[in-house]
Parts: sequence; structure tokens; C-alpha cells
Amino acid sequence: MAKDMMSGFALYQPTDLKNALSLITKFGSDGWILAGGYDSLDWFKDRIKRPKAVIDLSGITGLRDVRETNNGIEIGALTTLTEIHQNSLIKQKFNLLSEAAGKVASPQIRNYGTIGGNVCQDTRCWYYRYGLDCYRAGGNTCYADTPQGLNREHCLFNADRCVAVSPSDTAPALIALEAEMIVVNQTGEQAIAAEDFFIGPGIDIERMTVLKPGDVLTTIRIPNTWAGAQFYFEKVADRNTWDFALVNIASAMKIKDNVIIEIRMACGGVECVPKRLTVVENVVRGNPRDEETAQLAANSASRGATPLNQNHFKIPLMENLVKRAIREA
Amino acid sequence: MAKTHVSTTINNEPVEFLCEPNQTLLDCLRNELQMTGTKEGCSTGDCGACSVTVNGRLVCSCLVFGVEAEGQNIGTIEGIGKAENLHVIQQKFLEHAALQCGICTPGLIVATEALLAENPDPTEAEARYYLAGNLCRCTGYDKIIRAVMDSAAEMRGTA
Repeated sequence: MAKDMMSGFALYQPTDLKNALSLITKFGSDGWILAGGYDSLDWFKDRIKRPKAVIDLSGITGLRDVRETNNGIEIGALTTLTEIHQNSLIKQKFNLLSEAAGKVASPQIRNYGTIGGNVCQDTRCWYYRYGLDCYRAGGNTCYADTPQGLNREHCLFNADRCVAVSPSDTAPALIALEAEMIVVNQTGEQAIAAEDFFIGPGIDIERMTVLKPGDVLTTIRIPNTWAGAQFYFEKVADRNTWDFALVNIASAMKIKDNVIIEIRMACGGVECVPKRLTVVENVVRGNPRDEETAQLAANSASRGATPLNQNHFKIPLMENLVKRAIREA
Repeated sequence: MAKTHVSTTINNEPVEFLCEPNQTLLDCLRNELQMTGTKEGCSTGDCGACSVTVNGRLVCSCLVFGVEAEGQNIGTIEGIGKAENLHVIQQKFLEHAALQCGICTPGLIVATEALLAENPDPTEAEARYYLAGNLCRCTGYDKIIRAVMDSAAEMRGTA
């Protein structure tokens, strides 16, 4: 298969953010921002995305490290997933993120793929990835949500024409840790809560995040709020490696005398955005950490789910993951 | 489109080549430099057949641009052993019959070498975790893992 016959483009390798931003602004929607490239090259090889200009950020210094700050840590968006998985500061304070990063794809992909790319990657709906003219690709139909559609990997909640899900493993962890995403463009920089960084099809069906042409995610900040809390991360996929999650769960809990004082939980693979489980948080807060609370949490987690033909299994899967997160963290 | 000039180091030897911006490192190795030891499998990062190291990090060369090799240190299967002088890992793969069709083998040997450079005494679970990005459709992995564990022991001098 002549799959790696990518169409031609001009490659820019700026060495500072200022130049990168002016290139990104200049090319607008004809430009493509490249970090690790492990999602980008798939698109280019399938010839579905054919940018005129590719702007490679990997030469910009200062975007690839983990720093301790007064009130938490800062992670450069170009830090690789392996670096995040192995970083001692992250392990010590926010092991949830370290574990999530270690579950992404395969060693090769974690070695080159970045945290910025992991949260900004496009959805894995196979109809969309195949290059069909679905809603998300600017067309006027959804191929997954049809009587014959293959939709076992699609969403349970808040579909709006498109039924694709967020594929990221690190995104639910970042939401549970109350991370902030620093988005920079030529007019300045903005801090956006991780929870609001991801957007559903009801807001814009062609984007997965708030990023517009001209914007770059440069940094992720994690406050000390949840440092050293009791964490739980689990990913369930068809294969143990290299596969995307059917459902994943990330939670942070503070427990005192076996009572859950504070909790934040997010779930991936069930909605177009990583789903913050606010209902579960409200149900369990103040309750003892036991089987009964876990059961209560599980029941409340899937309330309002509207499964498609082939993804009913995701309801008990999600419930069981919530149960484990409460019971086994 | 003008080709880009790339100066890099491959298997500790300085190398220069010309390539288009849209050529992958795998394409450059195989078609510009005639180093055909590195294989193309899926070309989407799933199978690991094209594994090489970039500054010691194991990566899929099919998802890295050739121009990204500029100034880096690339390690390929050609740097590990020669037909007349096999590396321990290659010898152990033969002894344990850890290959059948052979397409995954260069990638697996590069991955094993990277694993043992990082962790000379891996547990079986650690070895399996590290090699999880290299798919083999013939052997069922057990023979590969036996070869890897035996190579590790031999290289530590405890076999």
C-alpha cells in the first residue's frame, strides 16, 4: 500500500515561539501545527488532511520540560508521554497523570508523542478517519449513528449529530487534577480550565478543543490542590497496548477517617469530551468509602446515558470503573 | 520543491542525505541510504517493524520525518550486528527460534537492545511492557520473550 505518499507541503521549523506564532497566524487554516507528529502523519499519509504548510514546534526550546512552581507544576506541551510517565516530580505529586501517560498507546508512541498532542489529537471515529464526508468533516450525515453503523466505540452521552468520543488517556487525568491549559496566540495568552478546553459537537462539530487556527497550547499547569491525594486510573481497551480506551477513568480523592472529603472524577470514551462526573462527586462527597457508596456512585454515573446499537456494554463498564475508583484508590 | 540537506549520525557514523520534507525517516533510510534492514509494516505506528532509536529513544521511523534526523543520533538494526558477527540478541533470537517470517525481527532486536541498554536486568513483565509496541503475527511472543530474557542474562554475564 502506497500509504506513505504524503502530499507535498512546506515545512517550517521555527526555533522560538514568536516566529512560530507569526507562521501559524500567516497560514491560518492552511497551516498544520506539528508536535510529535504521531497523529499528524496518519492524517497526511491517508491524504485526508493536506496542509500547505507544516509548522514543526519541536525545535522550540522551553516547551519540553517539567518545572516546579510556587503553587504546583508546569508541563511544557512538547514533553513526551514517556518523560511524563517517568518524571519523579509528577510521580510524587500527581501519580494519576504519570499512570495515565504510561497507558497511552505503545512505548514507541509514548517516546515521541507529546502531552500536548495527546490532548489535542482528533477523534478516532473510523468513518471520520476514513475520510468520509460526515458532519465532523463538513458534510451532512453521521455514518456511525445508523442502523448498520459500527458504533461500539462511540459515545453514550451528549451526542449532537456526531457520536465520536474523546480518545485521550491523559485528558481525564488532567481534568481530575484541575489542570489549566495555557493557550497562546498573537494577541496574548489565556489560561483555560482543562474541563473547558474540550468542546462537544454542540459547540463546534469540526473541533475537539477550543483551539482555533492561530492558537497554540504551550503549557499545562497543575495546581497543588490534589497533590498526594488518593488516585485511581484505569483504562479498558480491546488490546492491552496501542489501543484506544473503550472507557477510561481518572479520579482524585481526599479521604479522612475513611470518609471521602473531596473528590474529582473524569471519564473518557463515553462522550465527545472527557466527561467530568459531577453527579458522582456530589453523591459520594461526605460518605464513608465503602461498598455501598461505590454502588451508589456507579448507579449515578451512567444516569442519562443514551447508548447506540452496539455500545450498550459501555454502561456497565463505566459503572464498574467508577465503583473500582471509589473502592480501590 | 527543493530538497532539504540533512546531516545526521547513523550507528555512530556521520551521514548526509537529501530528502523532501514529506519523506519519513524510514523512507530516507531505505530509499535514500539503501539501509533496508529497517522494515515497513503498517506505516501508522501500530506494529513497530520500523523501530529505530533517536538519541537512544525507541521510535517508529515511519512516523518521524527524515528532516527531523538533523543533528540527532540514529540507531538502526545495521548498527547492532553483522551477518558474520552476530550480536548476542540476534544469536539468541536464532537459538530460541524467535522468528518465522522475519518482518518484525529487526524492530524487535532494536527494541530489545534499547530495553537492555536502559534496564539490563528486566523482569519478564518489564520486558513485555517495553516490547508491547512491536507486533509479531507468527511466534506468539513466548519465544521472543525467552530470547530476550536469555540475551539479558548472557549480556550480564550470568547465563
